Amino acid sequence: MELQEKLDAFQQYIDAEEKIEPKDWMPDEYRRHCIRQISQHAHSEVIGMQPEGNWITRAPTLRAKKILLAKIQDEGGHGLYLYSAAETLGISRDEMIRQLHEGKAKYSSVFNYPTLNWADIGAIGWLVDGAAVTNQLSLRRTSYGPYSRAMLRICNEESFHQRQGYEIMTKMANGTPEQRRMAQDALDRWWWPALMMFGPHDNNSPRTYNGIVWKIKRAGNDELRQRFIDKTVPQAEFLGLKIPDPQLQWNEATGHYETGEINWDEFHRVISGDGPCNRQRMEHHKRVHEEGAWVREAAEAFARRRKAENLTEAIA
Amino acid sequence: MDTNQALFQYCLRLGDTNLILGHRLAEMCSRAPFLEEDVALTNFALDHTGQAEALLQYAGQLEGKGRTEDDLAYLRPEWEYRNMLLVEQPNTDFAYVIVRQWMLDTYQCLLYDQLRQSKDAVLAGMATRFLKEAIYHYRHSSSWVERLGQGTDESQRRIRQALDDLWKFTPEMFAADTSEIALAALGIVPESADLLPQWTVNMARVCDKAGLQMPSGDHASAGIKSGRHTEHLGHLLAEMQYLQRAYPGAKW
Ligand SMILES: [Fe+2]
Ligand SMILES: [Fe+2]
Repeated sequence: MELQEKLDAFQQYIDAEEKIEPKDWMPDEYRRHCIRQISQHAHSEVIGMQPEGNWITRAPTLRAKKILLAKIQDEGGHGLYLYSAAETLGISRDEMIRQLHEGKAKYSSVFNYPTLNWADIGAIGWLVDGAAVTNQLSLRRTSYGPYSRAMLRICNEESFHQRQGYEIMTKMANGTPEQRRMAQDALDRWWWPALMMFGPHDNNSPRTYNGIVWKIKRAGNDELRQRFIDKTVPQAEFLGLKIPDPQLQWNEATGHYETGEINWDEFHRVISGDGPCNRQRMEHHKRVHEEGAWVREAAEAFARRRKAENLTEAIA
Repeated sequence: MDTNQALFQYCLRLGDTNLILGHRLAEMCSRAPFLEEDVALTNFALDHTGQAEALLQYAGQLEGKGRTEDDLAYLRPEWEYRNMLLVEQPNTDFAYVIVRQWMLDTYQCLLYDQLRQSKDAVLAGMATRFLKEAIYHYRHSSSWVERLGQGTDESQRRIRQALDDLWKFTPEMFAADTSEIALAALGIVPESADLLPQWTVNMARVCDKAGLQMPSGDHASAGIKSGRHTEHLGHLLAEMQYLQRAYPGAKW
């Protein structure tokens, strides 16, 4: 078959809402697009463990500590499913980690912001998991089969994280004046980074087009962002917290909230490595990876020895 | 000694050991040698913290002064913690994390197994639940001891060092305090000294598989009897208690 025929057949298959599976033929660019998006998603789950882990040893109650431990454990699990999904496209986890360390693969910029008080743990669940789940709900219908199935498994847990985060915010917003101050401070710092999670406006996003045509992405950045805003603003009002956007207003005619413009300079600065914690997050990941090398080597050496012994036994 | 008072002390001892070990494991979050292990250690942190929660809640009821599990976990001074000194030792490297875990897992499997027969129904019920977790932890930690012992020269050197270094904290596991003596006489708890022979056999079996020499030195260790700790606990508690101490009366 000519390449163009193959491409056309591929597109028809996708347009019929069929899933692409690992053994199916796919254009190289589709494969690259999926690897980039899924590995970025996996790295985000893993790097996201750091800002939340920052409060685990200071969690104020046993219940809060258990919930946070369980959440971070879930995020690690999401990283595992997603690495496996990406591996079906012919890239190894080692290679993905190498790309991360070399700055060739990205992770969600939101995790380059610091967690400065306990309400940040609430705000991350409420806003960051809330934004993530908005995106992931739409990704359940992504055209790449293994990615779609990973999203199905992950979405329920993410909604749960979102509710748990909101529960912390509720306690903080209704607590002592200091707790209330922490809650507002956390919202002030996490609101805009959460909106940035959806990426640039669609007319400025070169990759969105291909992603949409191939149904890897199922909705545009702006549409998803609007969905999140409409859902979240009333939740902030219910807490009696103020969203840090003087231009925020309800538009009766469209039935949507209108917001001020995102600070795109900051967005690009953080993406290109110059956010508050970029270096810290990456150095932590690299250091832990290097420090763990002897353990991984030992496990491999042991497995090799076992295999050799079993072989010898089988022969004898 | 009043039985409730003795059981209160005993539950504190078990609860605190789980509390502090859970905390040390929580410190490993995002610091394990690879992602699967990170998830596993976080899971163990969760199990031990859950065990601590149940034990301290029961301790609070037994004490009868209205203290909750959080009051007990977060608002006691250092010398009132009854955890084993073993579990407050830092995460020096992965070998220390594993050896510390394995020593305690081996112990808890035996202890919880016995405690299932306790004449105290609450304690027996908890032990039945905890035993399942302990066995799961034991399988994980003992298999790592084997892998590190039979891995590379470096892993062998590191696990030997961890084992030699942490061994001095083992006698404390088998030392009875007055509460244990009182409760053992009533058939509510086993005498921990009775666990020593089987513990030694189980440890030796894993050492043998791992190609490790089991240390023989038998140091006296004060610990639970005196309420004296190593330097490490103070730092751990300063961090753990921070919010409860800084904002008294706040609800989290
Ligand atoms: Fe996640
Ligand atoms: Fe999540």
